[in-house]
Amino acid sequence: MLDKIKDFASEFFVTGDPLIYGADVAIALTIIAVVSVLTYFKKWRWLWREWLTTVDHKRIGIMYVIASLLMLFRGGVDALLMRTQLAIPNNEFLSPEHYNAIFTTHGVIMILFMAMPLMFGLFNLVVPLQLGARDVAFPFLNALSFWLFFWGAMLFNMSFVIGGSPDAGWLSYPPLSELSHSPGVGQDFYIWGIQISGIGSLATGINFIVTILKMRAPGMKLMKMPMFCWSVLSSCLTIIMAFPILTVTLALLFLDRYLGAHFFTLDGGGNPMMYINLIWMWGHPEVYIVVLPAFGIFSEIVATFSRKRLFGYGSMVFALMCIAVLSFTTWAHHFFTMGSGADVNAFFALTTMLIAIPTGVKVFNWLFTMYRGRITFKTPMLWTMGFIPCFVVGGMTGVMLSVAPADFQFHNSYFLIAHFHQVLIGGVAFGYFAGLYYWWPKVFGFKLNERLGRWAFWLWNIGFYVCFMPQYALGLMGMTRRVNTYGWDTGWWELNFVSTIGGFLMGIGFLFQVWQILHSIKFMERDTTGDPWGGRTLEWSIPSPAPHYNFATTPVVNSADAWWEEKLRREREAASAGKREWLEAQDWRANAELTPQAPNLDATRPSQDPGAGATQASMSDAPPAPQAPLPGLPLEPIHMPRNSGIPFVMSLCWFTAGFGFVFDWLWIAIPGLAGVAACMLVHSFRYKTDYYIPVDEIRRTEAAAGRVV
Amino acid sequence: MANGDRKLAAMQHGANGRAWQSDAGVPAGNGGIASTGRTSAGQEAGPASNEHPHDKAHHDLESMRLMGFWIFLMTDCILFGSLFATYIVLSGNTDGGPTGVGLFELNGVIASTFILLTSSFTSGLAVLSMNRGDRRGLIGWLAVTALLGASFIALEVTEFMHLVHEGATIGTSAFWSGFYTLVGTHGLHVSLGLVWMLALMIQLGRHGITPVTRRKVGVLSLYWHFLDVVWIFVFTFVYLLEVM
Repeated sequence: MLDKIKDFASEFFVTGDPLIYGADVAIALTIIAVVSVLTYFKKWRWLWREWLTTVDHKRIGIMYVIASLLMLFRGGVDALLMRTQLAIPNNEFLSPEHYNAIFTTHGVIMILFMAMPLMFGLFNLVVPLQLGARDVAFPFLNALSFWLFFWGAMLFNMSFVIGGSPDAGWLSYPPLSELSHSPGVGQDFYIWGIQISGIGSLATGINFIVTILKMRAPGMKLMKMPMFCWSVLSSCLTIIMAFPILTVTLALLFLDRYLGAHFFTLDGGGNPMMYINLIWMWGHPEVYIVVLPAFGIFSEIVATFSRKRLFGYGSMVFALMCIAVLSFTTWAHHFFTMGSGADVNAFFALTTMLIAIPTGVKVFNWLFTMYRGRITFKTPMLWTMGFIPCFVVGGMTGVMLSVAPADFQFHNSYFLIAHFHQVLIGGVAFGYFAGLYYWWPKVFGFKLNERLGRWAFWLWNIGFYVCFMPQYALGLMGMTRRVNTYGWDTGWWELNFVSTIGGFLMGIGFLFQVWQILHSIKFMERDTTGDPWGGRTLEWSIPSPAPHYNFATTPVVNSADAWWEEKLRREREAASAGKREWLEAQDWRANAELTPQAPNLDATRPSQDPGAGATQASMSDAPPAPQAPLPGLPLEPIHMPRNSGIPFVMSLCWFTAGFGFVFDWLWIAIPGLAGVAACMLVHSFRYKTDYYIPVDEIRRTEAAAGRVV
Repeated sequence: MANGDRKLAAMQHGANGRAWQSDAGVPAGNGGIASTGRTSAGQEAGPASNEHPHDKAHHDLESMRLMGFWIFLMTDCILFGSLFATYIVLSGNTDGGPTGVGLFELNGVIASTFILLTSSFTSGLAVLSMNRGDRRGLIGWLAVTALLGASFIALEVTEFMHLVHEGATIGTSAFWSGFYTLVGTHGLHVSLGLVWMLALMIQLGRHGITPVTRRKVGVLSLYWHFLDVVWIFVFTFVYLLEVM
């Protein structure tokens, strides 16, 4: 009996590597610490009421961001382990098996459990506020999406200590990922972890499309919508088209492994190349899904910190939509070497090159927005400035890779690795960091320390080039991806060593960001204005952090930069009334040259910079003058969704079912699925799903934030 | 101030009464009429300035949910599209084993096709009853639809059992993997629809025809018609093309 348990445990838990034992101990200690802190401070009820059952988009957004930063840490540690292994030739730091597992989990985590949730976090934090909406269209579904992501990510990460990690690459190509070649449970963790969180992603896509199309403030025509919302719309349209394909692909791979089907097997008439086509029909749009919102973030930041209207609004919208459509026509460029023939390759090469055109349009739009603007180099703008050259170089190497004959040389080499890291770090990671810095005061009510932020930015930026520029050269020298080691005779080690240094510089950059957050929490600089950067869109017209109903009165909008125009209007009014004191009391433009005697506001070009340099003064400790909201509909009780524990429980049931399928334990899987069904039914029978916030509560909340309504 | 508070209290009361009235459990007989009365009362009655926004909020919510469901159907379309593509790519790969021509029995398939088409028609009749405010008719036609759906599933299960008996399982060849997955996914959708239909019939019994249940019936019938359309493609691409 004891031997049986021992046998089981040695199969069930991952054993044999000191790194894993270290991680086991760390995980156990963390769990014990979290549980005891929650118990000691009697915070369990608080956790359940305020967070686990919340349907508030702002809280869901915060949970997304926290989870994705944790995943960034894990994915980053994976990356540094790989770079350590490759730093010198013939290194034995990681075994080949362990190396395979690490590059697999690094890729999956960074794309699916870091970039995607960070993106959804920003959607949640920003989109309803920019639209002037109370919440997203389906708050319950939104919570469900988050918890599905969370438990999917947990299931995937569990493979690290229980059962063994997947090790067939981040897209798990068969036949390597088939039962014949990967008999362990790692691939099943892969399938179920991604499948469960993928359902959540699909639901988020639907949710935000409806939110954007149906919940804009009165007067906000589509072409007057903030650019970030446009980018979210294009990204979500891509999500709803692409994610069902992923669902099918993973389901088929699961059937192959679980029921012995022959979709992608080598025998029985299966076709492994079909998997590769299917997965890239999702996978290529997926990279645009994550980068499009970053483009939207940059557009907001460039306009705000250049104090100018975004250049080429219409062309930007057109470019976003073009990319969303074209992204579905390029998938085969990931396997030009498959042998589909010259015609097919020529088609996919051309469509790939075509995407460079709308992307170029955007870059010029950003540059022209900055041209003759009054640029202030705050951290969000720094990341934007770092992004542009980085993304241009990454894009150009992408065009090189799109040339099918040349790709036969570049394919699966470090050249490719350098290329996609350049667009994914330089584009996506820089973009989301920029967005986090930019909207942080709106979300948490205080700003992040600028000095530490600059340190983090320069470490990341320099570290990036030091890490990845050598990899282009290594690729051309013949180093292929996924090699776990190389010999002295290859001549690769100097460049690899430099690359490793760059990787660690980025790691230090991440530590600076953690320090920056902790420091800023300790020496909190409160944002009392709600508008610390001199913003242009609706989210800056309300207090920071936003009250749980967002807008006390529904704003009415009649221009693209509604809040900016409103500030200008108030200023013109005050100037004509000669209210000098009123003007001086306005924090957002305290240092502006504009005076009532010299109203240099040109009515024909209203958005050409009032109030440069406003941002320093706006963080002052003095209580702000009562600020009126945007003119809007009359104050009335606000219709709000009720909290619900079902999303959490239902996702936990999915997790249970997934775990059961991974180990082929139906006695766990079936109750899990039954739990999912029960949750759906219970929700269907729940009719009390909303409530109203009375007017006097709104008045009190607004007064506490220094507002009059 | 006091005056304002009183007004507010009245308004809240109105809001509670209105929004959650349906939960009080109206008597079964006149439920449909009572709830239609509710909607019209919301538009006409009382101090309209206070109550109108609430009903409008509900109305917007239901129309948004309907739109969300349309988008979900689009994603489901792509899901089936991927399965069809997979099936077609693999349709010749029988690996020397049994083929569809040899094993399909078209009579049963034609019968189940007509059953499903009829069920789509009866779900349309259910919606017509709902629009007339006839709750009994609505539940009755939904029950007929569910029965037809259940017999469709029964026929499908029988067919699968027959095929397995003849030696064609999901693991026999790529062709059969594609077949069982495509047809089975459709069958799974129909089965989920059946459970959903039962749940909705119970809810209609409890709450009558309200804006919420009205939207739910609308969404379910959309789903049902969608499955019907998918089945027509299954019938054409899987059975007819194979046998011809």
